[in-house]
Amino acid sequence: MSFVAHLINGISLGSVYALIALGYTMVYGIAKMLNFAHGDVIMIGGYVVFVTASGLGINPLAAIIVSMAACTVLGVTIERVAYRPLRGASPLAVLITAIGVSYLLQNVALLVFGSDTKAFSNVVTLPNLELFGGQLIIKSVTIVTVIVSIIIMVGLTFFVRKTKIGRAMTAVSEDQGAAQLMGINVNGTIAVTFAIGSSLAAVAGVLLCSAYPSLTPYTGSMPGIKAFVAAVFGGIGSIPGAFIGGILLGVIENLSKAYISSQLADAIVFSILIIVLLVKPTGLLGRKVLEKV
Amino acid sequence: MALLETKNLGISFGGLRAVNAFDISVEKGQLYGLIGPNGAGKTTIFNLLTGVYTPDEGAILLDGVNLTGKKTIDICKAGIARTFQNIRLFGDMPVLDNVKVGLHNHYPYSTFEGILRLPRYHKVEKEMNARAMELLEVFGLEEYADYQAENLPYGQQRKLEIARAMATNPKLLLLDEPAAGMNPNETRELMETIRFVRDRFEMTILLIEHDMKLVAGICEKLTVLNFGEVLAQGETQEVLNNPDVITAYLGS
Repeated sequence: MSFVAHLINGISLGSVYALIALGYTMVYGIAKMLNFAHGDVIMIGGYVVFVTASGLGINPLAAIIVSMAACTVLGVTIERVAYRPLRGASPLAVLITAIGVSYLLQNVALLVFGSDTKAFSNVVTLPNLELFGGQLIIKSVTIVTVIVSIIIMVGLTFFVRKTKIGRAMTAVSEDQGAAQLMGINVNGTIAVTFAIGSSLAAVAGVLLCSAYPSLTPYTGSMPGIKAFVAAVFGGIGSIPGAFIGGILLGVIENLSKAYISSQLADAIVFSILIIVLLVKPTGLLGRKVLEKV
Repeated sequence: MALLETKNLGISFGGLRAVNAFDISVEKGQLYGLIGPNGAGKTTIFNLLTGVYTPDEGAILLDGVNLTGKKTIDICKAGIARTFQNIRLFGDMPVLDNVKVGLHNHYPYSTFEGILRLPRYHKVEKEMNARAMELLEVFGLEEYADYQAENLPYGQQRKLEIARAMATNPKLLLLDEPAAGMNPNETRELMETIRFVRDRFEMTILLIEHDMKLVAGICEKLTVLNFGEVLAQGETQEVLNNPDVITAYLGS
């Protein structure tokens, strides 16, 4: 029974990774850049909910909406100020800028909120689910996390396939130049991608902090990096890949913590990244990119 | 007044003068050919016309509107559409969606309406589907609507590229080596398609081509480019019989 409990907790953690990985993978797919500041947007999202819900005492659901809006603005601003001027610059310059933005966000949070750990109150106040006469208890936040992730995943897939801006995103990701020549506003499309990725990061932040109720300026950094591993694992640039990669990674991490060693769990996660890169560099669902010659 | 006019267009890349003093005047409804040996600057001119490059000097006028230095997206909106030498479709997308990307600017609804699936989203998407299907039918591609674009046969991909360009509702269509890599049968079919597009949409077409049979078969006027400069310009037969042109192509 404890295996099932670990598995379910793993799926829940994995759903959070999946939400974060979606942001990584969409931005990578469309702007061809790794936004390493993505994890820190989660942390900011967490703080916004902390301040508005615990501090100002507004309804937690409203706080989440506020947080999503704040992160959307933040993501679009980061793109506009830090990344857009570097469009066409070498990927290395963009990568270093992203790391810089990541440190900037962490340090701003440190300055504003201090380094002490904030106790984050769970926004999911539903009762826990007890199965088999109390042998198996599933926390309500776990269930909500999984359901929310699935809804977002399905909605996003629909959005990308069936709407104008989604088609524009696909077109830009396939051939930026051709998309532009067909009248697609490339900068606008990339900005929308950042907006969506960042608002998902806010949701991920809230779910993460509800499941692991402590908040520091470094809260987003480790999940951010693991979500990046998840995105690469699933095939970076692929939306279903990010989802599958996230879930698998969460399950692997939780099961290793339970049955191998809680200290080695992170090492195992990152070993997976190395193995994937060695064996199947395109990830589980990644597309093989053939260079035309 | 000519639909497309360039005056003294020029651009350099480092020390290389890729295009120099390029003048052209294309009348509405004309089928105009741009030919020349490899590296003469033909595709560079297309890139200048579509705003991919900004000219160092000179002016581009479409229907009397100055497009010099405008952004690619604004030039597309002003009415210049193009295809590419090496096909650049959105290969992972369905054929229908490729055309719908071209329709993008003519069918407005906001991102917000798209996310929430408000009534206008459904209405506009329906209109887009209908218009895209219509275009696919014109090009005989309707049966492939759900195929992934990259799975189409080569000749059909060329047609789809023209359909996608036509979806942007252009005044001027630029075709960059449409017959490249085609066998004689496909080339013949392509010639018919190009003529058909001109007649059906009263389109003005400027095309780059190496296939002399195609050029002689459908172009009404020609400009020959050599080392970035205009070598000859005029009626097709006249130009093709010009001794300078023959020398440029075959050597003296």
